[in-house]
Amino acid sequence: MTEIQTFDHDVLVIGAGGAGLRAAIEAASKGVSVGLVCKSLLGKAHTVMAEGGVAAAMGNVDDRDNWRVHFTDTLRGGQYLNNWRMAELHAKEAPDRVRELEAWGALFDRTADGKILQRNFGGHRYPRLAHVGDRTGLEMIRTLQDHGIHQGIDVHMEVTIVTLFTREGRVAGALAYDRERGRFRLFRARAIVIATGGVGRAYQITSNSWEYTGDGQSLALQAGAALQDMEFLQFHPTGMVWPPSVRGILVTEGVRGEGGVLKNSEGRRFMFEDIPENYRAQTADTPEEGWRYVTGDKDARRPPELLTRDHVARCIVREVREGRGSPHGGVFLDIAWIRERLPKAAEHIRKKLPSMYHQFKQLADIDITTTPMEVGPTTHYMMGGIRVDGDSQMSTVPGLFAAGEAAAGLHGANRLGGNSLSDLIVFGKRAGEFAADFARANPAVAPDGGEVKEAARDALAPFDRPTGESPYAVQHDLQEMMQDLVGIVRTESEMIRAVEGLVRLRQRAARVGVSGNREYNPGWHTALDLRHLLTVSEAIVSGALARKESRGGHFRNDFPEKRAEYAGFNYVLRPGADGGMELGKEPIAPMRDDLKALVEEFK
Amino acid sequence: MPKATFELFRGNSGTGQLVPYETDVSEGMVVLDAVHEIQATQATDLAVRWNCKAGKCGSCSAEINGKPRLMCMTRLNELDLAQPVTVEPIRAFPHHKDLVTDLSWNFRVKQQIRKFTPRPPDAPDGTWRMQQEDVDRVQEFRKCIECFLCQDVCHVLRDHHLHEEFIGPRYLVHVAALEMHPLDTLDRRDELRKAHGIGYCNITKCCTTVCPESIKITDNAIIPLKERVMDHAFDPIVKLVGMVRGTIAGP
Repeated sequence: MTEIQTFDHDVLVIGAGGAGLRAAIEAASKGVSVGLVCKSLLGKAHTVMAEGGVAAAMGNVDDRDNWRVHFTDTLRGGQYLNNWRMAELHAKEAPDRVRELEAWGALFDRTADGKILQRNFGGHRYPRLAHVGDRTGLEMIRTLQDHGIHQGIDVHMEVTIVTLFTREGRVAGALAYDRERGRFRLFRARAIVIATGGVGRAYQITSNSWEYTGDGQSLALQAGAALQDMEFLQFHPTGMVWPPSVRGILVTEGVRGEGGVLKNSEGRRFMFEDIPENYRAQTADTPEEGWRYVTGDKDARRPPELLTRDHVARCIVREVREGRGSPHGGVFLDIAWIRERLPKAAEHIRKKLPSMYHQFKQLADIDITTTPMEVGPTTHYMMGGIRVDGDSQMSTVPGLFAAGEAAAGLHGANRLGGNSLSDLIVFGKRAGEFAADFARANPAVAPDGGEVKEAARDALAPFDRPTGESPYAVQHDLQEMMQDLVGIVRTESEMIRAVEGLVRLRQRAARVGVSGNREYNPGWHTALDLRHLLTVSEAIVSGALARKESRGGHFRNDFPEKRAEYAGFNYVLRPGADGGMELGKEPIAPMRDDLKALVEEFK
Repeated sequence: MPKATFELFRGNSGTGQLVPYETDVSEGMVVLDAVHEIQATQATDLAVRWNCKAGKCGSCSAEINGKPRLMCMTRLNELDLAQPVTVEPIRAFPHHKDLVTDLSWNFRVKQQIRKFTPRPPDAPDGTWRMQQEDVDRVQEFRKCIECFLCQDVCHVLRDHHLHEEFIGPRYLVHVAALEMHPLDTLDRRDELRKAHGIGYCNITKCCTTVCPESIKITDNAIIPLKERVMDHAFDPIVKLVGMVRGTIAGP
């Protein structure tokens, strides 16, 4: 085996989306050497897809807003399974992080008095999301990229991490390959930040990009770290459903924030028929009041289309199952109707939602200014992930940090829209800061040479089986199985079949083969991604089977209600003795009294 | 199910050929779907970049029947499927393998452009005040998804290979976004004229034609920058005043 090129960094950041870039920038600002590894080209991580906005209680549109309301909104949305310390820090620090983006060149839409404009979004009491049209994710990642490239960070583009190494109980480094030539690289680092995003590519219908194969969660578990809340997967209510090739692509909640309404095949706004008790006091009684809310009337309450995503998604599933769906198996999302209320409505829609307009026109031949869209649930976001300390974002393995979607805790059982972009910059910054501190305080430990060689050999194994089964086929079958058996509505018998299915898929994955050579060989890359996909799929099913209740994004047909005995703890997964995973419970620490008082006050 | 033939470029470092593959086609499919089908079943080591499949990340740039397009936004019903559809890598940069090109030059160029440098905040809380009408034109430029199709099609790079002297339309848009940013304080006109090579652009507008975000590259970014450079370097009155004040060097 040829020599492996080695890179030494104080801090290694894995993933260059919003969280990874922000972490790398922060670590670099503390004077340590930083390496940033990304699977795709710089600036093209999944963050680029985020549309709605970044939630921060700046109070620019409604001065009744402040961190306390944001904090309690986040907990209510998370069904109180959140890490409350993270929710506190997030609400307090998001405004500063957003203002910092502006200092780095981000250009958000403006209010009439020249401040950053904020829009309404599901689950947020006041208009809170700073945005740029419907392309806020692009704005964020581009701003961080353009700032980051001048901070002395070493960027390793199109490089994929294969495994992490630990020594003496803490992180030592990682083995990776470059996609271009397939050569291995050994990264030695004193601290590692995982910011690899979510797991949507384990499902057939998803809004997630190619790179979302659960790498970070899987790498962390293999390295000994605990995962948490893996049963809480968010199915965004409005993904495209037709034509088949665009199924799953996101239709931003911002459409509903601008007045878009959901209707079934009978033309009814079915969301009005099912408003949950704990949101009733904050939700409009009539369509008229709902419209007044989206146009900025401070005395009006939000329309039921802006209830939390888990609830809206389940309502849509119910309409479809009961035969009131749209022709292609979704429901109708209609923004065209606002021409009854606004002059120049078409222009307004094209200005506020340009990429939605473009997406539907180009991919589905539909003009959203005249015609309703067909939408349905799509696998969108993983609330669970690597268990971390709220302040430092360090996992249960010393020196291993996580931030962004790959980390767990902030969002509890269900995430509010807009809270992900803010999550990235608040906790990306913290993870980078504390990773730098850790690197300064701890000497480097070298990964074991034997382990490195073994990992490289193992990664090349698929080439020994050129006639083995195609890795694409295994991924396809996994996606179909998870979509059918561990989707938005879960049942014990189906999930048990999924567990058995995963055993068979693991066996197939261990025997997949690839042909050709190591140069830019996506078949080989997919074969390696399979390990991560299978690990996170197993984690999702384990949590989903154990939690015998319905809460937030996790809904069980056989236990359709929230159950008190399942409140107050998170399901945690740790590596098991035989290479599998072991499930345990971690009680949620009692909330600080001042924060408890806030929750009561804003109930 | 109806079928169609796609001729995909297979090869390394610029040598190779178009290889035909036949695959099923159905309503609403885009070229990227066909490429995925072929990759999964017939060409498992086919090198192709893609990520979001929704026209937002700019990863899947290619030349489809000779036209620079995003594969995920090119619907099959726009193409004549009675003929083979050719899919080739973008040409203005070194070829790596199959449909993948070495785009690293672009990232190096961005590094050479002087970064955003704002004026001090307008308000005591560290924030600035800007009106929507002040940010509209720069917001247009910041829609860029860095697909590099404009770079691909520009003859200065594609045919004349002047990569050492010309930053290309994408980066002229980037400089325009900085120069026209309400808060930025730097003046990049000297480097536009010299290192960035704005003089090489002769307004053929191929870049504008291929931009998937419909950014008016030539009219809204390049021509205004050319005018600013002209005013700064060649307007005799401005020059005279500048020389008197000491802000412009003599001839």
